[in-house]
Amino acid sequence: MFKSSARLASPWAQRAMATTAATVGLGASYVLYQDSMTANAMTASEHGLHPPAYGWSHNGMFETFDHASIRRGFQVYREVCAACHSLDRIAWRNLVGVSHTASEAKAMAEELEYDDEPDDEGNPRKRPGKLADYIPGPYPNEQAARAGNQGALPPDLSLIVKARHGGCDYLFALLTGYPEEPPAGVVLPPGSNYNPYFPGGAIAMGRVLFDDLVEYEDGTPATTSQMAKDVTTFLNWAAEPEHDDRKKWGLKALIITSSLFLLSVWVKKFKWQPIKNRKIVWNPPRK
Amino acid sequence: MFSALIKRNSLYVATIFTGAFAFQAFFDATLTKWYENHNKGKLWHDVRGKFVEGAGDEDDE
Repeated sequence: MFKSSARLASPWAQRAMATTAATVGLGASYVLYQDSMTANAMTASEHGLHPPAYGWSHNGMFETFDHASIRRGFQVYREVCAACHSLDRIAWRNLVGVSHTASEAKAMAEELEYDDEPDDEGNPRKRPGKLADYIPGPYPNEQAARAGNQGALPPDLSLIVKARHGGCDYLFALLTGYPEEPPAGVVLPPGSNYNPYFPGGAIAMGRVLFDDLVEYEDGTPATTSQMAKDVTTFLNWAAEPEHDDRKKWGLKALIITSSLFLLSVWVKKFKWQPIKNRKIVWNPPRK
Repeated sequence: MFSALIKRNSLYVATIFTGAFAFQAFFDATLTKWYENHNKGKLWHDVRGKFVEGAGDEDDE
């Protein structure tokens, strides 16, 4: 072994190896340096600004939603968001016992017309809405929605909190994060607005929430951030209507499973006690 | 008392069944009470009065 390496390390071979290593190293450094000079894709602005973590009153293992906030948020959705965004997965009946009474939800449903069964001659008929009907969207289909919004499709809001990174924090930051002016140097496509929290920065939706846009029935001052907080809470409920019950069941499951686990540890120790404590003695046979 | 309950298998099974039923009712009631107390002021039946006049009956939550 030593013999062969001693033979390899002739002055010529040593020089050749050093040159190769230096060339490869310098070449790699150059390529890395050049690569670091340009970074267009996957920058912070491409991902969107990360939202701060807000102290939602439903954060935490055993915290329910603030139902007064859900109700105010529904009002904001209905008076502001519903102009462009649908809420396909929520029916009027879902609001009962959550943010409205049954008679209130019925009254809201009855204000609207839904398709009824055709009459005897096959003519289409309309009927007032009922609790089992779903909340209608603003547009009949996607094409109409795009045509009404310069080609941009307003997403359905039923599951939007689950469908976006950052969830509630992202939504709140987005709704309240429109600056007065886009920063210098930012070129926006026509018909779009600047929002640092939106991936890419150019969002088709403009700022919609302004102070005192709605009038809350419980007298809460309708500031921009109050409305954003309420509508985000409402949309979080829409995405997770099982939330409150889920946390209660989680608490029960934790208590039962952990006490069963501790019981099983005790039973094991109890059953093994004589085995662990016994002493095996061997008496050698006497001669 | 315990020996009386355990001696006959039929009684033993009946004890377990009634015990489980009583326990889950008690457990569920206690935890619901704690949970609703823990979240007081946020639940619908707490805030209902702020929006709706009058107490709700069973059909109109």
